[in-house]
Amino acid sequence: MTIDRRKFFKSIAITGMTIIGVNASGAPKAKSEDEETEFYGILYDSSICIGCQACEKACAKAHGLPEPTDKPEVGVVRKTSENQRCVLNSYETSQGEVYVRNQCMHCNEPACAAACLTQAMYKTKEGPVIWREDKCMGCRYCMISCPFDVPKFEYGSTNPKIQKCDMCYDRIIKGEKPVCVETCGDALFFGTRRELVAEARRRIAEIPELYIDSIYGERVAGGTGYLYLAPVAPGELGFDTRIQPSSYPALTKGFLYSVPSVFILVPTLLLGIHEATKSRKTKDENHD
Amino acid sequence: MTSPIIPLTKTAKDQSTWRFLMNELKPRGKWLTPFNLISIPIILVGLALIVIRFTEGLGAVSNINQEIPWGLWKGFNVVTGVAFAGGAYVLTFIVYILKVDKFHSIVRVTVLNGFLAYLFYAGALVLDLGKPWNIFNPIIGNNFGASSVLFLVAWHFLLYIVAQLIEFSPAVAEWLGARRAHKLLSGLTLGAVIFGITLSTLHQSGLGALFLMASQKIHPLWYNEFIPILFLVSSVFAGLSMVIFEGSISQRVFFRKISSKNRESRNSLVQSLSKICAFSMFAYLAMQFLVFIHGQHWDLLNTPMGYWFLLEMIGFVLVPMALFFYASRKSSILLSRVAAIITILGIILNRLNVSIIAFRWDAAVHYVPSWMEVVVSITIILIQIWIFRWVISRMPVLDESPKWAQKASH
Repeated sequence: MTIDRRKFFKSIAITGMTIIGVNASGAPKAKSEDEETEFYGILYDSSICIGCQACEKACAKAHGLPEPTDKPEVGVVRKTSENQRCVLNSYETSQGEVYVRNQCMHCNEPACAAACLTQAMYKTKEGPVIWREDKCMGCRYCMISCPFDVPKFEYGSTNPKIQKCDMCYDRIIKGEKPVCVETCGDALFFGTRRELVAEARRRIAEIPELYIDSIYGERVAGGTGYLYLAPVAPGELGFDTRIQPSSYPALTKGFLYSVPSVFILVPTLLLGIHEATKSRKTKDENHD
Repeated sequence: MTSPIIPLTKTAKDQSTWRFLMNELKPRGKWLTPFNLISIPIILVGLALIVIRFTEGLGAVSNINQEIPWGLWKGFNVVTGVAFAGGAYVLTFIVYILKVDKFHSIVRVTVLNGFLAYLFYAGALVLDLGKPWNIFNPIIGNNFGASSVLFLVAWHFLLYIVAQLIEFSPAVAEWLGARRAHKLLSGLTLGAVIFGITLSTLHQSGLGALFLMASQKIHPLWYNEFIPILFLVSSVFAGLSMVIFEGSISQRVFFRKISSKNRESRNSLVQSLSKICAFSMFAYLAMQFLVFIHGQHWDLLNTPMGYWFLLEMIGFVLVPMALFFYASRKSSILLSRVAAIITILGIILNRLNVSIIAFRWDAAVHYVPSWMEVVVSITIILIQIWIFRWVISRMPVLDESPKWAQKASH
């Protein structure tokens, strides 16, 4: 009987260690990928965009989605949906009417990918954050976690998909540009993130009266693959100003890192208390 | 010692096993009770709605939308339900680790409750999943999303269900009269208890940690970095209040099952549980207060959401805490039960606040569950009660173990 019990504890310990091991191995892997590769991204220049919706239409066609029928209008906020991966919006700002494109931001440290328990949401080493249908179980935790409210779920389907911009990942690995960039004249600029930041800085320096001196996406949510040049602050362009400047997955880091210590300390403590109370009880019995 | 592990599976006895199980599946006593008359139609409607959900998609039944993707099934059945199942880990800690023997008579029923709760809330989760056939992806294969809190919670759900099954299994062995298996399974109890408590501390807090990344989506009065700890501490009194509440009902419904000795000791049990509830609620309130001060949200108190927050904290934590203290002083079982019910409502309020009500409180379209979601939520709970009742009236859960099993454990 004692051997059985010992064996049992051993198996518990092994199970516990696998969980710890699994949890511990996740973080450093992502980091080394970060260092090796350069993420691709897209720079959107709102001073060039004329709101023609050519990118929206090309996107819908490329991904088998219905062509959008509504137009960007001041005062109407269009949102991405399960039928539309990107939208253009128009805002009346202190600098006149400004167009803004909304789609997945392709964060450097995406909350959706950190949230996903099957790695269906996945930050590729090329930069795009993609969704992989065969892995997804449809829990929608990515939607809870994404600060930009990007992933959209097909509630009307019995085999629902998550719809979101994937930066045309299939084209990027073939060496092509995303369809929106391909279609657009000049407002969208594709390149590695480093190039994009340099290009954005250059534009700001060249025509400072056209832009505010800040690139939206350079720091927000820990940095995003999509970068914005605009004449006004992001708050005027429908962006949620409460989105924090640092990484979202970092918010759960403390909790996840405490797991291994809990797995070691709590059982030890419990066994200790169990042993302590046991000896006291036998003493009591001896007195009887 | 030479008898097989489960003697009833012997080929010679095969037929009698079958007959025994068939016999046990039949209902006992009259079945036209008020509870049955109310629950059967609801369950039938609920099952029909579940069929619709799988043939027409989630949107046909549920009001969840793109901005509020988790509705009643996750917020109530999973996030709230698991808090109520917390009684199992607290009581197993008290009975098997601290060896406070007077709680022994209620530990089995609590573990059974916890086990069924987890089983059915995992079921509710399957209903809510868009692609439930992929549910095994995080368990097998190379799809470990190890940086996900939900990954941790999913694994812990699974392992904890197994741990609770092991904790409860001696009762099943006693029911089947399997002596050898009983001895073996009883030997596993302590390991399962220790493992189970560890898992519970992590996933009770993990359910709170799920919302850590939704930092600007949850109203600042409910969102803070301490949600995991607050969830863990509140699961203690949530679980014990459920034990008190459930005890008061099963005492009436299963009156004959409870031995007269245990019936007498119930009052003192409830008194002790009230005290534990009161102290853990005090700790919880103190933490909430510190978090509130730390967050510097005084200005938010004078808003509608602020009143709602104060109602939760004062009406559903402070008041029942005071009631619990008073009840344990006066050893008033009635007051304890009232306090337990208020506490239960308060936990429902708190969990729904974090997961649904204060989640995207600023959204243009608010989520209100459809009647169909409500019926399915209730159906899940009713089926759970049916199975609970079936087990109680057949296995030695509330009543004493058979003589042979008692002897073996000493």
